[in-house]
Amino acid sequence: MSGICGSVFTSHVPGIGNAIAKGLQQDPYWKPFFDGFDPVHRFLAAERPDVAVVFYNDHGLNFFLDKMPTFAIGAAPEYRHEDEGWGIAFKRPYPGHTDLSWHIIEHVVESEFDPVTCQSMLVDHAVAVPFELCWPGEDAFPVKLVPIAINTVQHPLPSPKRCFDLGKAVGRAIESFAGDEKVIVFGTGGLSHQLEGERAGHINTDYDKFCLRNLAPDPEALLQHDTLDIVELAGSQGVEILNWIAARGAMRGSVRELASNYHVPISNTAAATVLLENRATVGA
Amino acid sequence: MLPFSKQLHGGKRAIPGTLIFDGDAAQAGFALNAMCYSFNHAENRAAFVADEEAYMDRFRLNEAQRKAVRERDVPAMLEAGGNVYYLAKLAGILGLNVQDLGALQTGMSLEDFKASLLSHAMTESRRADDARIVA
Repeated sequence: MSGICGSVFTSHVPGIGNAIAKGLQQDPYWKPFFDGFDPVHRFLAAERPDVAVVFYNDHGLNFFLDKMPTFAIGAAPEYRHEDEGWGIAFKRPYPGHTDLSWHIIEHVVESEFDPVTCQSMLVDHAVAVPFELCWPGEDAFPVKLVPIAINTVQHPLPSPKRCFDLGKAVGRAIESFAGDEKVIVFGTGGLSHQLEGERAGHINTDYDKFCLRNLAPDPEALLQHDTLDIVELAGSQGVEILNWIAARGAMRGSVRELASNYHVPISNTAAATVLLENRATVGA
Repeated sequence: MLPFSKQLHGGKRAIPGTLIFDGDAAQAGFALNAMCYSFNHAENRAAFVADEEAYMDRFRLNEAQRKAVRERDVPAMLEAGGNVYYLAKLAGILGLNVQDLGALQTGMSLEDFKASLLSHAMTESRRADDARIVA
């Protein structure tokens, strides 16, 4: 049987990708953020997951506003990152896992979700930056990818509860996959930040700490705010916490925080990296 | 925690200093955002730089959008329906990063805007006692 060994939650802002491209990981500005990945690297080396299921939002690489899915699940044999307008294109391809993708699609549709399915799909910095952070260097990525995009760009956005429930359905799907895959789940983006308007630069450390405190033990606490509440609290891009909420929903076992690193500011963002473990519950 | 805003603007909840990119904005900004989406390709960025007016013609920007682009007026681009994720691709051509954009929109100097971000500076780390993550 397949199962989820844990999850990685991390900011994904393009500035991090730029810092990686320029080799600035030890620069005093960047080091406190990159250091947060030391326990993640150790965990991944110890657990050696086979697949990464990544909840993220596309910022205008694969999807434009002409066709904007609320939820989209990749089912491609391979994914690539490309230039998003500022000249950085990470070269390493992301091998897909079409059998698991279709199994997840079958299962979530049976659970009354209606995702768009993508047999051809580019992934933007919201997938590429977390992969570069987790598996730095030049070697081929040791995991296959199932990307799940959530619309956090064009309102109305899905509710936090809907994202959490989608995550739960994806978690059930992974657990019922007949293969013997060890899966790591990702939720990318956040934490509080706002790029536009008179409130550009908004950061709310109280709300971020509330999320970080509750993510492992009581994720339903994050569902008390609706989407616009979260925009007000966390900023118009801080609403990317929806990706974290979905990823946390997928973890249905005994969940424990292994590591958490909160560092403000990175670019215009309150940056965070969290590692949770998920132990399967004991069957009857 | 902040008290939540409940005032309505045109029947919609208004969050101070914050634009909600909804269906109205998405319709108003479609041409401008479509142009910016094209900037994912380097050859399109070069074509824009070579002849901005012709490039804006190609995407049928309205007059308010053209004026905002000509004047590098970021708040006016947003007002004309621009979405910041797409405008970021134009900002790259103009040599502006997200701190520059923040300063332009808040009326602060770049140094003051960076200082306002740093006013929240903190680092908080936790690590469980677990053999898999210990050095």
